[in-house]
Order: sequence, then structure tokens, then C-alpha cells
Amino acid sequence: MAFKIIVCAKQVPDTNVIKINPKTGTLIRDGVPSILNHDDANALEEALKIKDQYPDTHITVITMGPPQANDLLMECIAMGADEGILVSDRAVGGSDTWATSNTLEAAVRKVGDFDLIFAGRQAIDGDTAQVGPQLAEKLGLPQVTYVQEFEIAENMKDITVKRALEDGYEIIKIKTPCMLTAIKELNTPRYMTIAGIYGEKNMKTWNAKDIEVDLNKVGLEASPTNVFRSFTPAPKGKGVILEGDTEKDVAKQLLIGLKGKHVI
Amino acid sequence: MAIKIIKEKCKGCTLCIKACPFDALKMVDKVAVVDEGKCTNCNACVPKCNFGAIEAAPEAEEVDLSAYKHVWVFAEQRHGKIMNVALELIGEGRRLAKEISDDTEVCAVLIGAEEDIAPLAQECIAYGADKVYKIADPLLKNYTTDGYTKVLEDAIKEYKPEIVLYGATHIGRDFAPRIAARCNTGLTADCTRLDVRVSSYIEFAKKNTTLDTSTLDPNDTSTGIKQTRPAFGGNLMATIVCPRTRPQMSTVRPGVMQKREKDENAKGEIVDVKTNISKDDIHIEIVDIVKSAKELVSLTDADIICSGGRGLGDPSGFELIKKFADKVGGVVGSSRAAVDAGWIDHSHQVGQTGTTVKPKIYFACGISGAIQHLAGMQTSDIIVAINKDADAPIFEVADYGIVGDLYKVIPEIIAEWDNAEALYDASTK
Repeated sequence: MAFKIIVCAKQVPDTNVIKINPKTGTLIRDGVPSILNHDDANALEEALKIKDQYPDTHITVITMGPPQANDLLMECIAMGADEGILVSDRAVGGSDTWATSNTLEAAVRKVGDFDLIFAGRQAIDGDTAQVGPQLAEKLGLPQVTYVQEFEIAENMKDITVKRALEDGYEIIKIKTPCMLTAIKELNTPRYMTIAGIYGEKNMKTWNAKDIEVDLNKVGLEASPTNVFRSFTPAPKGKGVILEGDTEKDVAKQLLIGLKGKHVI
Repeated sequence: MAIKIIKEKCKGCTLCIKACPFDALKMVDKVAVVDEGKCTNCNACVPKCNFGAIEAAPEAEEVDLSAYKHVWVFAEQRHGKIMNVALELIGEGRRLAKEISDDTEVCAVLIGAEEDIAPLAQECIAYGADKVYKIADPLLKNYTTDGYTKVLEDAIKEYKPEIVLYGATHIGRDFAPRIAARCNTGLTADCTRLDVRVSSYIEFAKKNTTLDTSTLDPNDTSTGIKQTRPAFGGNLMATIVCPRTRPQMSTVRPGVMQKREKDENAKGEIVDVKTNISKDDIHIEIVDIVKSAKELVSLTDADIICSGGRGLGDPSGFELIKKFADKVGGVVGSSRAAVDAGWIDHSHQVGQTGTTVKPKIYFACGISGAIQHLAGMQTSDIIVAINKDADAPIFEVADYGIVGDLYKVIPEIIAEWDNAEALYDASTK
């Protein structure tokens, strides 16, 4: 029986190129490219490595977002995933992590059989790292987050992972079915292949009705957390530029300044 | 529960069937019938009925918010050593508790093996906890998602805390979302500021942000927690509330909140919580826990950080940075660019996706100052930027900027470092 993997991925704005409009203090999102979230690319890559070794492995990528998130599915399929599913519905818009995990739970249940769910640790737009564990909880799956090394035994049941800690790592054994979240140390994602780019794409779009999700548990209204206010951080007052004839002069000025502020 | 059809009023028009997103309605003898298994109480059909024949499903039971009291801190420990962030959160939790009311307590929750956590209870009290809940079991010796989630969920259900705070560590961020999903409550990730009183939120916002506070009422007496966190790589700050469910929960970034002064004579109550956990509850096996053999970087605790970026030009530049750090008693940090280039290990990375730091002095050497880097260091007490490019954004946040070649400037700082006092004295004469 083929090994079935679900990869959860998200299309995100590239936060490295986001700029702030200094007058209005709002994000300028125009012209900001949408990309496959980095950690999610690592999640997909690890799934693809399993498929490299066991070619009958089936990889389904699930994403939630507006219709343009189809671009992400195309990219994932061009990298080697077998199929892509976009869950898109106004009813699920504005969801917080709790409500998002309810939507993904319903989508995963509709997909049905799976052995393993791989997700990125966190998305760079929200940086919450919450949806993976919350989805695992809803599905009643054991989880390991911050996975930096992965190995599956030939029985396709026993998994050994290295989980990153701040000051080291843990070696953990876990059995399928389970949920793992990837960090960038796990691997280097491959490029899309030409054949993949031009090949046929097995893609579906599901709405809230398709996944039979309880509408009382998704969307902005159902989310337990709400945004109270949002704003831009205040810029710090401008400091001084030290100038002098020689580097030694400048270094001396700096040390006098630091000493004067009692920080050294 | 499901919606109800009032048979006497139903005319058999089938409008409700078309309105139902879940195929939960059908016609039997020209009267609509609900399949209770399929109905999700979405009430979409209710307004569609022109005859008032559909009774809406009852609203989900409201959570009685007043039943929840006190501020809990997950006092994370590893191998019998309490995490610094737990002590910071006890300090912060105490501040929040007193903002709620005089009789609101801050309680530390210790989870682990008895021999590891018993000695830590008094430490939590010394740092400000009014009460310590001790959840001890040999099965809880090491952190497992399953084991910890089970026992904390049980404790939350029994004692009903109003707020639960966790350190945003690799364990806290694995654990808290699981609890939030199980308790069906909200969770805000990686907070850098917490407020209960609207007045203290206004004070914070005025001092540190561009937020227009005129729409906020300083006399507002509501005590819901306002959780502020960076988003979009630190480009935007968002304040999140959790108005309808309890407990309100946050993970909080290490190094941001203030520990209280340790008071060895502080008194507090220690409560042993009964556990009901068995081996079958835990679905993973920890084979080994390894402290990294690589150079221990404790960026969060460092008083001085010397960070290098792409401006170093090549990986050997970190040799100079290391020499600099050794001289000034600091720790080596780096920008993401230098890590991505493979010049230095990720554990040195400062920034939104690395470590957030606030040392007394942050030396940014050859770092341009991408927003994601600034997000992780701009609250440092003093920032010194050394960069060839006078237009680099790092100079916007620097207290002292030096436009120049770091390979010439840094050796001079090293050479003069020990003379700082004499130089200062001479300058004041």
C-alpha cells in the first residue's frame, strides 16, 4: 500500500521585502511577491525525499487561502507533489490559528487516509507556529515540532527524528500516523523541474461546504482571538555619527561616550 | 442540537433545502425534515424561510468568564533547572495580577518528576509566586507533548485560571497551542508586551508606538489581557485580545519581561496536584536529550553582543568579531545574511527568526539593518553600528554610528578598550 503524506503549506508575502509607508505607517503590499513559506518548503522537500526512496508514495499538498494560492500548489506540484488542494471560502477568511486548524482538520478528514502530515514550523507572516500543533490536536495525532532530522524505517511505521532545542536537541521515536513540523535545518528544498512546470497538474479547490466544516468554528467571528489594535513600532530617536581624522580618534570618542553612559 | 422545523408552519417550499450548505434538510411528505447528524447549527436556513417555520439552533453555551481567576505561569524546567523566562513571567504575571485586582494571585505551575521540581517551588515563590501548583509524576520527567498536555489540561479544568503564560521556548511553543486547541481557547504567540488595564496599555503605546490612543478610554475598567506581538517580520505590531473564552493564553518571548528581585524569605502556598496519567497517554519515546557540543551561545543573557553581517566580506571576518567579543566580554552574534551565507551557525543569529536580544551594548559590524534583524535587537540599551555604507538602515536605530571600514575601526576599539576610563576622565577635565 502506498505511503500517503499530506503537506500543509501557506502562501505568504515575502517579509524581507515588505516596506512601510512612512506617512501612513501601513504596510505596502503592492509589488510584494507571494512565496511558498520557507519552512513549508522544507516540509515538502522531506516528503519528496521519502518519495525519492519509495516512488509509490503519494503526496497531497493542502493550502488555505484566496484563489491566487493556486500558484503555490502549482509550484509544489512542479517540485514533485502528486496533487494540490486549495481550501478557499470567504467563510473561513479572517480565521485565527484555532479556526484555521478547524478548517484544515475538515480538509484532512475529507482527504481521508494518510500516514504522515508534514508542515512547516511557522509561517513568516504570522510567526505563530501554532497551526501545526493545533491541527494535530484536532486530529488526535501525536506531534513533533522543530524537526531537524528525519528517518523512517523500512516498515514505514517507525520514525526517528531529531528535534531542535535552544541548547541542543532530542532524539525522538514516533509512529505513523503523526504530525511533524519542519525547520530549515532539515534539508535544502529542491527546485521545480521543467517537466513539473509544464506537466499536468492535479489540483482541486474545495469550499467550506465541500469539506463539511462547522461554520460556527471557522472564520473571523468564530476565532477566539481578535486583533484589538495594530500599529507600527516607533522609530528610535536618531543617535550620533562619530567622525574623526583617524579610526583611533573615532574609537576613542566611542569609548568616552560608552563610559559616559555607564554601560562599560 | 440542531435547528427545529415547526411542522405546522412549513409550507414545503424547499427554500431551506437550497440554503443548507450541509445537505441536512430534505422533504418528507411535503414538510422539511432535519438530519440532526448533518446539521451543524449554522442557522443559514433560518432567515431563508418566509413562514417562520424554522427555529434557530440554540447559541453555543457562553463561557462564564467570571468563573476564571488568577494568573498562571507555566514554570518550565529542564532537568531540574528552571528556565530564566519562567522567572521573568512570574515577575510579569505578578504585575498583571495586581492590575486585575488585589486578590488576584500569580501562580507558578511546575510539571516534572518530583525530585526535579520539589526544589524549585521555593525558588518560584522567592521570585514572586503567591502559589505553586506542583504536578509531579515519573512519567513527566522529560517534556512530552502528550504527557504535559494531559496534566495541564486537567489542572486548568479543575482550577480555572484566568490567564496562562508560557515562555516562547521550543517547548512552550509546542505545548501551548496543544492546550489552546484542547481547551478551545485563544492563544497569542511570542508576545513582547502584556497589559491588563487600558490605562497602562495607553501609557505603553504612547511611549513606544505610533498608535493613535485617542480612541482608548483610560478609565476603562475592563481587565481582558491585551497581548502585543510583532508580525510580518517585525514590520507591524498587533495587539490581540481574547474576549469570549478562558483562559486567555500567551507565549512570551524570553528576555523581554522583568524578573523580580529574589526574596529568600518570601512565603507562598505549595499545592500538590493529583495526576492521572499512564504510559498509554504518551505516544512518543524520547531516546536521548543532547546538549549541543557546539559553542554555547547565550545571546539572551549577554550584556554585550558583537554581531557580524555580510559586510564582513567573508567567513574569516568572524575571527575578528570573536577577538572583539573576547576583549569586551561579549558574545558573538550575526545577521541572517551571514548565517544564510554559511559563515556562522544559526545559533548565533539575532533577529525575528533568530534570537531576540537586549544587551547593554549591541555592536552591529557590517550589518545593514534589515527589518527582520532590527526586530530582534532594537531594544538593546545602546546600539553601536559600524558600516561602510552611510545610508545603511542600521544607522537609523544606532546610538553611535561609525561610517568606516570595520577592519580598521574594530582593532582600534580593541586597542583602546582598557583605556576607556582614562579617556573619559581626560575628556571631562
